[in-house]
Amino acid sequence: MKPRSSGSVVRLAAPLRALAHRFSFLLLVLASIALMMVGKIESLSVDTARARVTDAFSPILDAISRPAATAARVIESVVEVENAFDENQRLKAENARLLQWKQAALRLESENASLRTLLRVTPEPSVNFITARVIATPGSSFVRTLVVTAGRRDGVKKGQAALAGAGLIGRVIEVGEWSSRVLLLTDINARVPVILESSRQRAVLAGDNSDQARLLYLPPESPVQVGERVVTSGHGGLFPPGLAVGVVTSVSERGGVRVLPNTDLSRVEHLRLVDFGLPGTEFDSSPEWK
Amino acid sequence: MTTTFWQRLDKAGRNLAPFAVTAMLVLVGMIRIPVPAYAPVAPNLTLISVYYWTIHRPDLMRPGVAFLIGLLQDLLIGGPLGVNALMLVVAQWAVMNQRRVFLASTFVLLWIGFAMVMIGAAFLQWLAFSVLNATILPLKPALFQGLLTVAMFPALGWLLIRVHRAFLNG
Repeated sequence: MKPRSSGSVVRLAAPLRALAHRFSFLLLVLASIALMMVGKIESLSVDTARARVTDAFSPILDAISRPAATAARVIESVVEVENAFDENQRLKAENARLLQWKQAALRLESENASLRTLLRVTPEPSVNFITARVIATPGSSFVRTLVVTAGRRDGVKKGQAALAGAGLIGRVIEVGEWSSRVLLLTDINARVPVILESSRQRAVLAGDNSDQARLLYLPPESPVQVGERVVTSGHGGLFPPGLAVGVVTSVSERGGVRVLPNTDLSRVEHLRLVDFGLPGTEFDSSPEWK
Repeated sequence: MTTTFWQRLDKAGRNLAPFAVTAMLVLVGMIRIPVPAYAPVAPNLTLISVYYWTIHRPDLMRPGVAFLIGLLQDLLIGGPLGVNALMLVVAQWAVMNQRRVFLASTFVLLWIGFAMVMIGAAFLQWLAFSVLNATILPLKPALFQGLLTVAMFPALGWLLIRVHRAFLNG
């Protein structure tokens, strides 16, 4: 049996509920817009909240990403069996070429070592790799990030470089306890100071949510050629100089200079988060990194 | 006949099905599929689910529920907060207003209706991201994502009907 006193509460609550119900759409729209503004202003606490939620859901994401990865691997292996002969031929040719390069690299390494002893160069700080598995991508047209299975307890820090395959793919922007988020080079918010390898021209690599990134702040008459390699310049102190980033694919008046990242960003399965131990990599207090 | 505690608990659990299924689809939508250029155009499964439940069980897919799911999606995908929340709330409101039309119509009309909602949602998302980044972003990926989502609609719709029958028609 219900107590009688609840009647007055119900009488009071009913119109309030009706009012809230009536304006719920407007209220929620306003709440969404308010959230967008809060996200812009209070990006640090939003990041923390985001990291918590991602942490909480990462076991589920991890679990459901495994069957998908397995299925993809099975399909890929079927395709690979079909192309095994051609692939073998190609790899043999490539191997022969790489053996020549290996000789060159060994010679250069010994030469480098002897020159270093002559000049008393201080050795570069040692680097620590953290290998992590990619468990999720946003599935949105306007955001290019990856969620990976390594977090604070594995030693991941904000601002660390993410490397995969043949080069740099992005930077850690958010660290949870056992998951973290990597901002890819092609995201609209990504900016990496780079240098063109042969012309030594400095520029900033900026993503625009397409598969290729753009070079900003190049002087108007700089001699950029298609096929030129782009590497990090080390300016800004976030990444060390000389990390491979990509290759110039097109130079035009309207589209500017486009750079294709070395690694196919849609196929990254495992990546390495690298702490280069450079001074000034702690960007935890800087709100501009999203 | 009075309902016992367990019956009420069972009913509450069943009534959670639309929310649970939609939240699960948020996660499923984030699965990485190693196909070139797939991630930017991955279908927006959440919107299909919100559309379906708003038409068939508006009492269980209220604006607040749509908002919560959008917020969860915003937090998980790492984009600006509030964009998906806004998109889902507006979509829920638009479908709710035309619910009678949708309820009485055939599957093909439902599909066309969804395509229209998807166009609106893609445009809204594009607008929000463009304003937040203070540039004009290309609209094309959002439209392709919309196309793929519309193509996914029958398959996911069938699945949702199964869930609907299994949990809510008992």
